[in-house]
Amino acid sequence: MRIGYYPGCSLLGSSREFNESVKAVCEAIGLELVEVPDWNCCGASSAHVLDHELSVALPAKILAQAEAAGLTEVLAPCAACYSRLIGAYSELEKNPDHKTRVSEIIEMPYTGAVKVVNVLEVLERFADVIQAKAVQPFARKVACYYGCLLVRPPKVVNFDRPEDPQVMDQLAAKVGATPIDWPFKTECCGAAFSVTRTDLVAKLCGKIVDSAVKLQAEALVVACPMCHSNLDMRRPETNAALGKDLQIPVLFLTQVIGLAMGIEPKKLGIQRHMVPVAFNAPTGAQA
Amino acid sequence: MSSASHHAPHADTLAARVKAATGISLAQCYQCGKCAAGCPVSEEMDLTPCQVLRLLQYGQDKYDERAMRSAGIWLCLSCETCSTRCPQEVEIPKIMDVVRAEALKRGIAHPKSKDILAFHRAFLDSVEQTGRLYEIGLVANYKLRSGHFLKDVMLAPKMYVRGKLGLLPHMIKGTAAVKRIFKRTLGSKG
Repeated sequence: MRIGYYPGCSLLGSSREFNESVKAVCEAIGLELVEVPDWNCCGASSAHVLDHELSVALPAKILAQAEAAGLTEVLAPCAACYSRLIGAYSELEKNPDHKTRVSEIIEMPYTGAVKVVNVLEVLERFADVIQAKAVQPFARKVACYYGCLLVRPPKVVNFDRPEDPQVMDQLAAKVGATPIDWPFKTECCGAAFSVTRTDLVAKLCGKIVDSAVKLQAEALVVACPMCHSNLDMRRPETNAALGKDLQIPVLFLTQVIGLAMGIEPKKLGIQRHMVPVAFNAPTGAQA
Repeated sequence: MSSASHHAPHADTLAARVKAATGISLAQCYQCGKCAAGCPVSEEMDLTPCQVLRLLQYGQDKYDERAMRSAGIWLCLSCETCSTRCPQEVEIPKIMDVVRAEALKRGIAHPKSKDILAFHRAFLDSVEQTGRLYEIGLVANYKLRSGHFLKDVMLAPKMYVRGKLGLLPHMIKGTAAVKRIFKRTLGSKG
């Protein structure tokens, strides 16, 4: 099977391990990733603040490139990219007359032939394969953290439940993890304020990390580079804001799945995290 | 309500601009306050989301201006919690985008927006120049624009040893086309 692939800028830099682990897991389950040719940035959390039309045109260009390459579906692992791509797609489907204008701006035909999917919905299609290949169960209590952009706005993403989503929990369970029931699954981490309002990010991440630890999770599991960098890289600020020293590691779901499949940790980029991925005594079967 | 009333909204209100840009009608909001209750940053805001919407509903310059001058509009993370929970499905983050853009255009954006804007501008500079985001370039440009030269200097070496810093920008072949996208959108509105 093949699917279009839009890694996005973060996955080539600060979230390399997400790219590495997505690729490793997709290879293991037999899904070929076809990169969108000569892709540009989607504008992420910045374009829409300054200009709405720009925030639609940048993702439309990416989808038009995918369309020209004959792709019908594009996987965007980064939740911010996913949100911008599917947001532009949805807006242009709602206002088909805008497609002409956007095609002029991007100098390419945009027809809306390419669908956008997130990493959770793609992995869900392979849930049974993943389960069958999970030879080293990830036998840990995990807090699955979805953040904002994978589940909201519900009418745009049309994916899972907006307030208490389940897909990541189900996938984690397939590889032997025990997902906890907890209230911060979709609370915002502060997203793009990481640099400009680190204080705010520390406060918001503090609530998330503290709740996961109080409910005895051994790892936070995410599927968004912004969530990951705020929960992992901003841990010193988060701990300072909490007045605690919480060392719960933050893993991408694809790393959890990859580890359970017996893929070498280095190939999954486990060593790249700021909060070391180390666990206390095993709570379950270890291979 | 007579059109002769001095409370009657005139045609070029912020609400009208919101309607034109997004199709959203401010009249949909009945001030239940659910947006403010769920907003992760409303306690940091001088005006909560529903207060911003209320000001726009008046359709009067002085209230439009108060909304545009607020610091809170710059704190909206577009996390979409408000729009998800709104019983009227008002897409509040899209309204925030329009209010911010108008505040900038009129030069009345709150001083606290300075750093946040510097970040977004630095981000878009990078995309306009290379077609993709160049993270080191973004941070350097942000420091120049904001004057926060020492911010996160201890983070760079930690990221470097973990292979998280791409040292060179990625230039795409379609850089010129991306530049023209900027010119036709952001650039055409001054």
